[in-house]
Amino acid sequence: MSCEEFPLREGNDAPLIAILDYGIGNLRSAQKGFERVGAEVHLTSDAGLIAEASGVVLPGVGHFGSCMRELRAAKLDEVAYSVIEAGVPFLGICVGMQMLFEGSEEAPGTRGLGVLPGRVRLLPNSLPRPQMQWNRLDIRLQGSPLLDGIEDGSWVYFVHSYAAETEPHLVAATCEYGVEVTAMVEQGTLWATQFHPEKSGEVGRSFAHNFYREASVL
Amino acid sequence: MKSVRVIPCLDVDQGRVVKGVNFVGLRDAGDPVELAARYDADGADEVVFLDITASSDDRETIVELARKVAEEVYIPFTIGGGVRSVDDARRLLRAGADKVSVNSAAVAHPSLVAELADAFGSQCVVVAIDAKSNGNKTWNVYVNGGRNDTALDVVDWAGEIANLGAGEILLTSMDGDGTRNGYDLDLTQAVVNAVQIPVIASGGVGELAHLVSGAVDGGADAVLAASIFHFGKHTVREAKEALLAAGVTVRPPTE
Repeated sequence: MSCEEFPLREGNDAPLIAILDYGIGNLRSAQKGFERVGAEVHLTSDAGLIAEASGVVLPGVGHFGSCMRELRAAKLDEVAYSVIEAGVPFLGICVGMQMLFEGSEEAPGTRGLGVLPGRVRLLPNSLPRPQMQWNRLDIRLQGSPLLDGIEDGSWVYFVHSYAAETEPHLVAATCEYGVEVTAMVEQGTLWATQFHPEKSGEVGRSFAHNFYREASVL
Repeated sequence: MKSVRVIPCLDVDQGRVVKGVNFVGLRDAGDPVELAARYDADGADEVVFLDITASSDDRETIVELARKVAEEVYIPFTIGGGVRSVDDARRLLRAGADKVSVNSAAVAHPSLVAELADAFGSQCVVVAIDAKSNGNKTWNVYVNGGRNDTALDVVDWAGEIANLGAGEILLTSMDGDGTRNGYDLDLTQAVVNAVQIPVIASGGVGELAHLVSGAVDGGADAVLAASIFHFGKHTVREAKEALLAAGVTVRPPTE
């Protein structure tokens, strides 16, 4: 990767983070999560603006099926494909992570975006469900730029009933919740977290800072 | 691994924090945003704001509070009190609240729980239950700040709202609230055993040992307290140290 491949917009010094707004959830938190590290953040469904962004965030809360339906209704599925294809740093959060996979047990008839291999499955019922708590990250991928400065065992905030099962080499971090839960994946400049960096205190700040740095550099 | 959350709760009246003893004789303990930011810095896992403002004209005040808190606090926060409709919830969530808590309105219209879960996802729907003992280890659901007995059985009601899509239960013992004698552990245990969703124990904390027994004996997923934190009797850090010392898994207090 180099600056030549993804030149910043002319005359635009501040790298822009676009948060995909398709009418779902509390986007204000996600926006604040990146503003606190100095980013200019737009909540938007505007394909033109998103195409100019240096980094793109796909949030998501609630039901996998409704999120996919709304994402497609806003035509942001196509926008997501094109920015991911172009290698623009991209971060899926929570259901925004789950949507990157092929599908989910939560909505068996609904296709996911399928840019990551694997499916999303219901957590076992041996512990309270949803997992709504802080949990420790077990870092599986050394040297992930988004985990820069974040120690193994750091605590982050989760709230979810479903989790992705994917190929081990894509798994950057897990947490233990009755089973081993995929907490974060990395595939090139495509990242996704089951936890909420924007609600994870100081660890979340480091994570947001790292994503903003990657968006600024690439 | 289950970790137990420590949740300071701020009762808010017209934008100011208060905490009553048995809901009477309120005292002013300061600015909610400042308090919440301090709890965040101190290692609180979440913060709950309960709006006890009597007048419904003041709905904008609490939305404004959500907006200000979202500017300052980077842990999840819940706003409850006076949420009667999907629109009320939407305003709070859009302002930056992570969850909304419903109580009387859910009893009056149980379908509201399902509507909220459909609109925003279960993860942001907390149902608060105010419980009062009937003796013999049964409890009734009370509404309107503990004034009205609904004759609903607490354990039955907990099961019903879980089925309707609640993401979490905030369980307050009206017998314990404000007494500082500790949680009603039988109540906590009864509800924890009845549902799959997380249960927050509330009502009656007067010392750190009560938080420990809520987690260990009550089996609560989260322990909520108000006055012991507001008036500086104990810090969130001390609460976490007490839980850790008792072998309860918690996110350790921040350095």
